[in-house]
Amino acid sequence: MFGYLIKRLIQMIVVLWVVSVLVFAMMSFTGDPTYMMVPLDATEEQIAQARRLLGLDESHLVQYWRFLLNVLQGDFGRSFVFRQPALQLILERLPATLEIVFLAMVIALVVAIPLGVYAGANPGRPLSRAVMAGSLVGISLPGFWVGMVLIFVFAVRFQFFPSSGRGPTTELFGLRVSFTSWEGFRHLILPAITLSIGTLAILMRIIRAEMMEVMKQDYIKFARAKGAAQKGVLFKHGLKNALIPLVTVFGLMLGDLIAFATLTETIFAWPGIGKLLVDSIYRGDRPVIVVYLMFVAFMFVVVNFVVDVLYALIDPRIKIK
Amino acid sequence: MTALAQRFLASELFHNYRRNASAIIGSLIVLFFAGMITIGPWVVAQDPYDVAQLELLDSFKPPVWLEGGSPQYWLGTDGQGRDVLASIVYGSRISLFIGLTAMIGSCLIGTTLGLLAGFYGGRLDSVIMRIADIQLSFPSVLTALFLMSAFGTGVEKVLIALISVGWVVYARTVRGSTLRETQKEYIQAARVSGLPNAKIILRHVLPNVLTPLIVVATIQVGTFVLIEASLSFLGVGVPITKPSLGLLIKNGFDVLFSGLWWISVFPGLFIMLIVFGINLLGDFLRDELNPRLK
Repeated sequence: MFGYLIKRLIQMIVVLWVVSVLVFAMMSFTGDPTYMMVPLDATEEQIAQARRLLGLDESHLVQYWRFLLNVLQGDFGRSFVFRQPALQLILERLPATLEIVFLAMVIALVVAIPLGVYAGANPGRPLSRAVMAGSLVGISLPGFWVGMVLIFVFAVRFQFFPSSGRGPTTELFGLRVSFTSWEGFRHLILPAITLSIGTLAILMRIIRAEMMEVMKQDYIKFARAKGAAQKGVLFKHGLKNALIPLVTVFGLMLGDLIAFATLTETIFAWPGIGKLLVDSIYRGDRPVIVVYLMFVAFMFVVVNFVVDVLYALIDPRIKIK
Repeated sequence: MTALAQRFLASELFHNYRRNASAIIGSLIVLFFAGMITIGPWVVAQDPYDVAQLELLDSFKPPVWLEGGSPQYWLGTDGQGRDVLASIVYGSRISLFIGLTAMIGSCLIGTTLGLLAGFYGGRLDSVIMRIADIQLSFPSVLTALFLMSAFGTGVEKVLIALISVGWVVYARTVRGSTLRETQKEYIQAARVSGLPNAKIILRHVLPNVLTPLIVVATIQVGTFVLIEASLSFLGVGVPITKPSLGLLIKNGFDVLFSGLWWISVFPGLFIMLIVFGINLLGDFLRDELNPRLK
């Protein structure tokens, strides 16, 4: 186990290093940020001086080395637009994103588990077919479009929910959250539902497939033969075993939610890291794009690592090599 | 040709297809779109990108069944008096062109790399697969978004971004099947008989690793249409001069709050329809071609 942890840790560092090289390469070969920093009427000389000050006159290797050293110290530079450390911008907006991602995940699980279990345990029934058809529609929908339709129906037409922005926030364990007040929660509902659709549809299909597999096993037949109630068989024996492979897709699910949060946040003007990224792309605010990429990469790598370890702990049949 | 057609009509695949309602619905949807992107522009009355054909007086007309709708514009018009249906026909061409081209590109590159990795193994294999692993730890939408933020908008740039995220799944699938095939006796026999490697790969390995790719390729067209729509919606996909379905939604989003819903809602419905059709077909093919998963 210890050897495995060390090996995975080294792997993580390599992945992050590769990402840092790619990010640096992408950013250095796509234009010169000097022009973002100098006034429009700057002379050639002033531009050259600015380049020297920014260190852009040195070789790419030297620049990368400096970039790497800074990144290791948590210094990603300042946003061209906000004139604030880029990392601080991301960290300030992170709770808002985590909030909709978390609620979307809860919605997806609460809806997908019962429906997936039912469809997997009773294949062929009308409701099971409806669940499958519904999930196929779910994965075929552009998520951002669903958000728009929800805004139109529930915010423009009927005005049940606000159409955009985040409600009032309160501090909870040092994080600014908005789900604690009714007004804040009302702002949260439509974005979270929008974000959950895709994950919900995929989850339903995975749970159904796993349940179908599990229901064929001997221990299910045995539980039935000894007269256990249907509910007990489904949830205690069936679902418990069907959920194990689900742990492995958790990392992927989280990745997708973070990725699609860029779209959801843009539609709902939700002040999270996704909207920050999209805005920064429009404005060419490079330090923010870089820190977003590195931060998200770091998050994914850590989550995948935790998931792999958890998977081995939950399922004793898996031997870590 | 007729012999081939007869063989197909007598095949198990076709037999099951005829009895599978969702597969038939899926192919009807796909056929509908095939018709739309080939002959559609001659059927709709207006070329929405020919300024001479636009009538500014007809801007923001609702769909025909609503008050104020005009029978000339079934699904209404946008702010420039463009027929929404005509825009959808032209937009579907761009969306599907991108989806299909990017799929073919990903398939060619991914299959080649997968064959090389699986056949030769060694360092080449580990380099290719490590790159694939790293890429898979990022959601494709995010990777494509970053690439586009570096490239700027453009159809060919969207294609490059999609292919850069799309090749991985082929490379992994093909590598796996190639590893299995090269263990088999017919490949060993071909090796012993002194056939050059290129010939073994193309003549013997390739035909035997293609089947699982059919499913991947089918579903990928749908995925690509969705990713392209997302990129264009964010404004980093196709340029305004080549509006895909996603860009049409973006343009309609700006006026959604004024209650002008048809400009953005209908393009989205068409995206859903085409991706749904493709997924129905893909699901059928997966069940048929991988009986293990049935």
